Amino acid sequence: MAGVTWRRVTLGVAGVYFLVPLAISVWFTVYNETQGFSLGAYGRIVSAPGFTESLVKSLLLGAAVIVLVLLLALPALLAVRLGAPGLRPVLETITTLPLIVPPITYVVGIANALRGGTDALAATPFWQTLISIQDENFPVVLVLAYVMLALPFAYRSLDTGLRAVDVRTLVEAARNLGASWPYVLFRVILPNLRSAVASASFLSLALVMGEYTIAALMGYRTFPVWIVTISGNDGQLSVALSVLSLGLIWLLLLTLSGAGRKSK
Amino acid sequence: MTVELRELRRSFGGTVALDGLSLTIEQGELIAFLGPSGCGKTTALRCVAGFERPDTGAVFIDGADVTRVPANRRDAGMVFQSYSLFPNLNVRDNVAFGLRVRRRPTDERHSRAAELLELVGLGGFGERYPHQLSGGQQQRVALARALALQPKVLLLDEPLSALDAKVRVNLREEIRRLQLELGITTIFVTHDQEEALSVADRVAVLKSGRLEQVAPPAEVYDRPATPFVAEFVGTMNHLPGRVSGETVEVFGQFLPLDGAAPGEEVDVLVRPEAVRVTPAGDGRAFILASSFRGSIARLRIQLDGGGEVLADVPGHEAVRLAPGLKVDVTLVERPVLTAPRTAVAAPVEPVA
Ligand SMILES: Nc1ncnc2c1ncn2[C@@H]1O[C@H](COP(=O)(O)OP(=O)(O)OP(=O)(O)O)[C@@H](O)[C@H]1O
Ligand SMILES: [Mg+2]
Repeated sequence: MAGVTWRRVTLGVAGVYFLVPLAISVWFTVYNETQGFSLGAYGRIVSAPGFTESLVKSLLLGAAVIVLVLLLALPALLAVRLGAPGLRPVLETITTLPLIVPPITYVVGIANALRGGTDALAATPFWQTLISIQDENFPVVLVLAYVMLALPFAYRSLDTGLRAVDVRTLVEAARNLGASWPYVLFRVILPNLRSAVASASFLSLALVMGEYTIAALMGYRTFPVWIVTISGNDGQLSVALSVLSLGLIWLLLLTLSGAGRKSK
Repeated sequence: MTVELRELRRSFGGTVALDGLSLTIEQGELIAFLGPSGCGKTTALRCVAGFERPDTGAVFIDGADVTRVPANRRDAGMVFQSYSLFPNLNVRDNVAFGLRVRRRPTDERHSRAAELLELVGLGGFGERYPHQLSGGQQQRVALARALALQPKVLLLDEPLSALDAKVRVNLREEIRRLQLELGITTIFVTHDQEEALSVADRVAVLKSGRLEQVAPPAEVYDRPATPFVAEFVGTMNHLPGRVSGETVEVFGQFLPLDGAAPGEEVDVLVRPEAVRVTPAGDGRAFILASSFRGSIARLRIQLDGGGEVLADVPGHEAVRLAPGLKVDVTLVERPVLTAPRTAVAAPVEPVA
């Protein structure tokens, strides 16, 4: 009995802690003393210049980051598990590094690397590549930077997921039945890691949808950067934006965890 | 479809798992790899399956050298020791997995899966998921899955070791029945000698990555090629004996020697069922303990001069031959194996 009561109290307190500020925020965005109730702030977001563009850009970046980070982390994890268990601590350390290095360091590093080269190089494919990955509409360089930032989270989610299945036996059973390595990866391992992959993807996406420093300093207008720019002088608008992006993230979380659960 | 292992060597760091293993498995034969833990049974099997590459030596399947053929292109179905069904697929799709990889049409996959499930006694289980099956059922499905592609060779790595005793016996008999029915060349790895002796056409006894003996079960049991085999398969009494010419004197009896003796003072190896026990008031031994096993009873007998001997007597005599009884012990007149003398307390003196 006491346990149940405690659980309720704890839940209640936590609920109040999270929901009250949220409710007040929502209230603030839809009510103002002169106009009364109005959804105008939300209308202003959607009609604000650059909303769709930056949102789509960030979502695309997120998708690219997810694909890349999974393609990088999953085979590496499998290879270490199956072939060189001794290398596990090494991999663990490497994937922790991005958490330790502050983002500003990346910006400086990346900027310097991109500035490298002189006009003499202008005609070379190398130079062309450097230019093209900085494309304003789809900055590949940001994808690369975010992949690095997302690696620690993705790695840990996947590692936990892999721990729950007998990878070696499943892989060998599939190989024994004629499956090629890609088949093993996509048709045997991935389906059994659905919730781990979902959480890795979600964390990566949340990271991309919230990362400001690198994008802003390198001059790209991603969604978070756009939010900061647009809401500078409109209090109601900026809070409405926060509520909206929170709702958006929530929606994504529900979708992903729903997809993860279906596998069970 | 024969399988030949030729001079297989494989070591992991300092440990030698296979030390020049050579063996040919004939078409349609069920051979059991038997040996203590760590003797290289699994490693040998994995070399055939393609999960392990020998450092030197070669594996031939059906006359073709497959040593460098990747696992997914070898024609060998395997059943693993641990449960290996794909948890995300139902039983039918598990069985049909190999056909799916080979892009066979859906109706062929389904009919073949149904056929195989029928074969392993699980017709109607197709829609279940692995976590809804018992361990024995899972291994049956794994067997059906391994057979679905009609492989040339069936590889079983202790498929029964996670199951309880009754299921084990049933399933091993069923495996044998299926194997005979399909006539498929099979390697059955086990460290359970009873399992090996009861299902195999031939038993290969391994020790430290080497082949000690390969022979039909009865021969391995009755005529072990080495003291190790004698010791490992079944139970052996070590009785002190003295060699004289072609015979060896043990318990005052002179028994013919089987093979050369390693010296004059030797251990004579005698199976418990070759020990006869008769009640005798003035006997020079007495029964220490008796364990009843249904058809037989195994007696532990203390010899007056020190030392013990195990004897198997028919089960119905268990009541008569109760612990504490004074008895005489004699040995069945048969050629006996000898081994170098180990520390046996008993002096060489007649008991009878
Ligand atoms: N991947 C590996 N890395 C290191 N050592 C290994 C590896 N696989 C096997 N060994 C070693 O090789 C030897 C033989 O192993 P193997 O698994 O073939 O034995 P086994 O006969 O199957 O034993 P068990 O009955 O316990 O299954 C053992 O000493 C084992 O420790
Ligand atoms: Mg083994």
